[in-house]
Amino acid sequence: MNENIILDVRNAKKSFDELEVLKDISLTVNRGEVLAIIGPSGSGKSTLLRCATLLETLDSGYLSYLGEKAADTGVNGRAEYASKAELKQIRSYFGLVFQNFNLFPHYTVMKNVTDAPINVSKRSKAEAYKKARELLIKMGLEDKENYYPCQLSGGQQQRVSIVRALAMEPQILFFDEPTSALDPELTGEVLKVIRKLAEEHMTMVIVTHEMAFARAVADRVIFMDGGVIVEQGSPEEVLVNPKEERTKQFLARYSEEQ
Amino acid sequence: MDIAAMLLRLSEGMLRSVTIFGLTLVFSLPLGLLVAFGRMSKWTPFTCLGECKSGFLRKIAGFKPVQLIVKIYISIMRGTPLMLQLMVVYFGPWFIFGIKISLAYNFYAVIIAFVINYAAYFAEIYRGGIESMSKGQYEAAEVLGYSKAQTFFKIIMPQMFKRILPSVTNEVITLVKDTSLAFVVAYAEMFTVAKQIAAKESSVMPFVGAAVFYYVFNLIVALAMEKAEKSVSYYQ
Ligand SMILES: Nc1ncnc2c1ncn2[C@@H]1O[C@H](COP(=O)(O)OP(=O)(O)OP(=O)(O)O)[C@@H](O)[C@H]1O
Ligand SMILES: [Mg+2]
Repeated sequence: MNENIILDVRNAKKSFDELEVLKDISLTVNRGEVLAIIGPSGSGKSTLLRCATLLETLDSGYLSYLGEKAADTGVNGRAEYASKAELKQIRSYFGLVFQNFNLFPHYTVMKNVTDAPINVSKRSKAEAYKKARELLIKMGLEDKENYYPCQLSGGQQQRVSIVRALAMEPQILFFDEPTSALDPELTGEVLKVIRKLAEEHMTMVIVTHEMAFARAVADRVIFMDGGVIVEQGSPEEVLVNPKEERTKQFLARYSEEQ
Repeated sequence: MDIAAMLLRLSEGMLRSVTIFGLTLVFSLPLGLLVAFGRMSKWTPFTCLGECKSGFLRKIAGFKPVQLIVKIYISIMRGTPLMLQLMVVYFGPWFIFGIKISLAYNFYAVIIAFVINYAAYFAEIYRGGIESMSKGQYEAAEVLGYSKAQTFFKIIMPQMFKRILPSVTNEVITLVKDTSLAFVVAYAEMFTVAKQIAAKESSVMPFVGAAVFYYVFNLIVALAMEKAEKSVSYYQ
């Protein structure tokens, strides 16, 4: 087994009733890699992330983190998931940043960030607070620890939610359109902190509509359409010189809209 | 009977009203949560029939017994008068089982009837609060690794309580006035006492006194609830 493979997805399939949303998706993410996923609305990007983060179950396929199997196709052709205890362990390997933050509104910034490390990972309070303060400083939020989410701007809330995910010390961090719920003037501050993480070689999978951003931070770009990976490669290959007709069309349409 | 004696007797009645009020809340608020869980139960003991060919058996596979029982219970509690429920609880043991009821049973009957009635109302309020929570809160907690119990007690329940406080306030104020229904089982709460004195003295003064008592009682309750609402207004 290759120690550098953090996420391994093979032949993932997922339907909602009759609608086939993921059609045989395979992808691996290596340690330190930043993967950007682009594609039109409804192409299955969020569903892929939700299956990878165990919020949604695969119909069939293989899913593992660091070689630990979360799901595999069983004899009856349907995905069989690992035990509850194993999945709990696997959940500690990844973090997810949501489009609309999903911070806990009744907790201060500090409690949002430290509650799970203390109550889920069973870290000491001192340790959790220390780590949280470091991260808050790094994200430019050091003066906000006693604020409630409703007292923060969208950009600040999203940075807090990134800190909350990082405080669990995940091996890989997923982002589902982290800036699309933000006013344009606030996207910059969030993209900046993600870029900072990329420079530190944090392993990340980012679903985004920000092409310039994807080009700047990603090591690899995947273009999805209709539940399949149409094309993947370096940002240059996919975003500048796409081979596939569908990628070209999408990028052309996209640059028109901008 | 002079005013002082009347007020004394009324306040004895008042004490009993407050007792009904307090005990009803102490038991029905937590019981309501349990009932709400039952109402939202998705337990289907016959799922194994889901693969069957017969449509009827497949329907049974989706049958949720706990949810159905709780639904019926809630609909009866909300669909019949509390006064009637009180009488059923009080006279039921004798009429149905032939059990001789002691005189002191009327107090227990009142508490039992009030608790099961109010638990049904609170359950529906809780359910509304729980169902109004966004899916994102559950998902954020799930990804962070919170257990189901942690998610509910740490993340969902505190937010639910904030949302439902205004509806709970309504119920609690209704409860203050509902305590007077205990008269149907001859439990000497304030209204019963007022009626007795009024009949004996041919005077409306006891009713005026009772009205003032109820009003002050409710005023205190309303102020307390307002304070509770303020105490959770630090977030949205
Ligand atoms: N829980 C669900 N139940 C039914 N259909 C769903 C569900 N979730 C997603 N879908 C459908 O699956 C398809 C893919 O959705 P998905 O959210 O993965 O797309 P996306 O690529 O993330 O799109 P967008 O760019 O708009 O976010 C859509 O047609 C959507 O309507
Ligand atoms: Mg999406």
